[in-house]
Amino acid sequence: MSEVVYPYIPNSAPETRAAMLNAIGVRGVDDLFKDIPDRLLLKRPLKLPAPLLCECDLERHVRGILARNVSCDDRLSFLGAGSYQHYVPAVVDSMIARGEFLTAYDGNAYSDGGRLQATFEYQSLLCDLLNMDVTGFPSACSLHATNTALRIASRVTGRHEVLVPATMNPRRAQHLHAYRRAEEVATFTSVDADSETGLMDMEDLRRKLTPEVAGVLVENPTYLGVIESQVREIGEAAHAMGALLIACVNPMSLGVLASPGDYGADIACGDAQPLGVHMNYGGGALGFVAIRAEYVMEFPNLMVNIAPTLDGEGFGFDFFALPERLTYIARENAKEYTGTMACLWAIAAAVYLSLMGPQGMRDIGETIIRKSHYAKSLLADTPGLGLPLAAPHFNEFVVNFDGTGRTVAEVNASLLEKGIYGGADLSADFPGLGQSALYCVSEVHSADDLRLLANALRDVTR
Amino acid sequence: MTDQTRLRRFHSACWDEQLLTDMSVDGERGILVPTPEREIMDAFHSLDGLVPASVARDRPPNLPELAQPQVVRHFSRLSQMTMGGDVQSDIGQGTCTTKYNPKVNERLAGLPQMTEMHPLQPVETAQGILEILHRARGFMMEIAGMDEVSFQPGHGGQAVMAAAAMVKAYHEARGEAHQRDQVITTIHSHPCNPSGPAAVGYEVITLWPDDRGYPDLAALEAVVSDRTAAIFITNPEDVGLYNPQIDQIVDIVHGAGGLCYTDQANLNGVIGRARAGDAGFDMCHFNLHKTFATPHGSHGPGCAALCVSDYLARYLPLPIVTFDGHSYGLDFDRPDSIGRVKDFVGNAMVVLRAYAWVMNLGAEGLKQVADTTVLNNNYLAELLLGIPGVEYSYGTDDRRRLDQIRFTLEKITRDTGITAADLSTRITDFGLQKFWLSHHPVTVPEPCTPEPTETNSLQELEEWAAAMRQMVEEAYETPDVIRTAPHNGVTTRLDRSYLERPELTYVTWRQWKHATEKAASVS
Repeated sequence: MSEVVYPYIPNSAPETRAAMLNAIGVRGVDDLFKDIPDRLLLKRPLKLPAPLLCECDLERHVRGILARNVSCDDRLSFLGAGSYQHYVPAVVDSMIARGEFLTAYDGNAYSDGGRLQATFEYQSLLCDLLNMDVTGFPSACSLHATNTALRIASRVTGRHEVLVPATMNPRRAQHLHAYRRAEEVATFTSVDADSETGLMDMEDLRRKLTPEVAGVLVENPTYLGVIESQVREIGEAAHAMGALLIACVNPMSLGVLASPGDYGADIACGDAQPLGVHMNYGGGALGFVAIRAEYVMEFPNLMVNIAPTLDGEGFGFDFFALPERLTYIARENAKEYTGTMACLWAIAAAVYLSLMGPQGMRDIGETIIRKSHYAKSLLADTPGLGLPLAAPHFNEFVVNFDGTGRTVAEVNASLLEKGIYGGADLSADFPGLGQSALYCVSEVHSADDLRLLANALRDVTR
Repeated sequence: MTDQTRLRRFHSACWDEQLLTDMSVDGERGILVPTPEREIMDAFHSLDGLVPASVARDRPPNLPELAQPQVVRHFSRLSQMTMGGDVQSDIGQGTCTTKYNPKVNERLAGLPQMTEMHPLQPVETAQGILEILHRARGFMMEIAGMDEVSFQPGHGGQAVMAAAAMVKAYHEARGEAHQRDQVITTIHSHPCNPSGPAAVGYEVITLWPDDRGYPDLAALEAVVSDRTAAIFITNPEDVGLYNPQIDQIVDIVHGAGGLCYTDQANLNGVIGRARAGDAGFDMCHFNLHKTFATPHGSHGPGCAALCVSDYLARYLPLPIVTFDGHSYGLDFDRPDSIGRVKDFVGNAMVVLRAYAWVMNLGAEGLKQVADTTVLNNNYLAELLLGIPGVEYSYGTDDRRRLDQIRFTLEKITRDTGITAADLSTRITDFGLQKFWLSHHPVTVPEPCTPEPTETNSLQELEEWAAAMRQMVEEAYETPDVIRTAPHNGVTTRLDRSYLERPELTYVTWRQWKHATEKAASVS
């Protein structure tokens, strides 16, 4: 018996334990482990650091370690590339910190109707924003969401090749690599991008679009930031060949850009982290897949559905709709694996979208576009910097440093000394772009911030 | 249990809450967005040329319009209609390990040094979180008895899928991938154990239990072959039994050239007592949102620690956290890696909480977790087995169940027609979360799988048993009370016609409104 009383572990008083053991009819706790063979029991204490039993000590210790982080609150950051710094309304943090949402898991319509309604509202708001019919519980991240989307396209069409943009997020390729399921998507064919605009090369697309192709993936904006303005043509070309259009979008852009459903996307996917979720070192990811209603049996995650009450007076919510799709029921015959997803972030996104409304989404989209173009215009005036992609962009754009004789790594190291996190280094993943970085601007940046960046870049590349 | 055990006169908040879309008032705003400064507006007032006409939005998105107080009240009311672990004991949620989530860990995870960290920041500005990840890695290695860890998987299923991809990579490196195309699992292993391997292309063979509830060794010997890539097995399985032959199972599969993975979702009853590595396993995972007390968040975000032996480390997902004795880094130069299963390093804010939890408890505390969990579970069993009709599955011998127990309520159903599912609904009337029945397929008739954790008090255990006792009495005496339940819930009984008619499944309000408007126009 331990001498220590652990605040998270009740039933530690010796009299309580003795009474419980007595009721069970054993002499000691060890007797309860008798079915673990002796040879498999650990006979020594785990080798772990001495505990910090007092919460006060624990908090000081962890804060001490975290103090070695320098967050984007403390520096001026222009990093994006899949995780985005936006203003998170106080209401969002307040709502998802409510203990009932925070600590719920597997309730039912009668115990957990509230958080199920919140999740249903996430599904509904997201589908309104995307102009798609159906979505469900989120995916782990946009990489997983895209993989799921491509697999749905493969199952719907019975085809095993997908076309992906040459400028695709390189982490997406690493994720696709991890799943190598022979009978689904077996071949990923890259479609060239126009080197001047960064847009998909339509001729190359048409060359590669064969009757074997299940779907064409478009990132909009692309990983390199440009708005894929040809997406309707791409969709028409895909559809003409019996393939699906899969649009991976940044939902933050959809107050100003057309929704995937507006331009004929069959499947939309992406990451809703920009919608009210803190970056959390990448843990804020909130992948989503939204589809046409006719593909619903291919959706692999749980979905909350609304149902009337038997008394006809109201409605409630279940979350095991169409269960034969799911891991939990179908095991190896499920549409894909699933598990504990990012539903707290889904509630955050629902709160965010309900605060923003249509006007807020329009305003933020316009603000971001204006600010990012302003930043780009300042950098265009900076000697030695190049802006290689000419097409319009949303929140991100490529800056090339070849004219400065510096590498991105050198530039970013110098910026760091000035308290700035420069754009994500593209040089390893996109050698064709030379020494280039992906800069990201959002509503959190002021005009002063953007001038500071331009001046700093002028200084460090001089 | 004493006669004083009191059942609550509970009633859920029942706000009869509208859908957000029905609360919309034209022109309301919940928050305003910064307007660019004048110099920016002067330079880019017109968006012409900035947004290509071909993809410009031609009408606003169809979102509701609400002022801020109404948004706060709406979601606050929804939270009140949710039975999280902060408000009740969660004893019913077998296989989920829903324990108390320490509030101090929420405070730490809410610091800007966590929330405002961009995953691509220079590593020298992320030394704090990398240190947490690296130190937590060491904890997991010691608890598992293994050599390397990835926190990238967002949940157990993703760890299993990653492991299956690693199994494939391992056999590829040995030139046997083509031949080894089968994965073995057991019916009482969590369903992600078959679905993860299937997602990377494996044929799955499932073993059924013998009459003692263990996977049949003879059946295993019959199916292992040079086609066996691996076994994926949960231990203790969801019925609560620790498999005493687990190392023999490992030996049989190793003998055939396969790898051995164990899903440690049920670690809570063995943490600090028995280790997967000591039983010979090559790989395992822990769910940090279960055993390591991080919040379930209404269904995530979670995190799985994928632990492997040294000879498999090179296949782990990208990147791995490194420490050179001076500073922490991220290693992407891993040519044999399977790639990624989740973006960036995974859910670092979950690892942070788990780190704090382990640091608070230490080795002795973790053993206390297992000991108290098993004590609580066996005490609850003692109370429940005293209720007529509540029985152990797989025999009434003296074997001890560890973290949870799959009971069968078959006798009650036979006698009264009241099913386990009916009781799982009725128990919510007492202010207790629904109880878990079983994963599919249901191997135990009328199953009931409670899982008390170390964070449940004696009083909570007795309250739960008292609710079961009360319900069983009702089943025999006033069964309509159960059949018409819930009486005190968030809502009254739902019309579940959609189960028979899938076309009645509506997962967005636009589907729902379309259907209800159509129905109204018909009538």
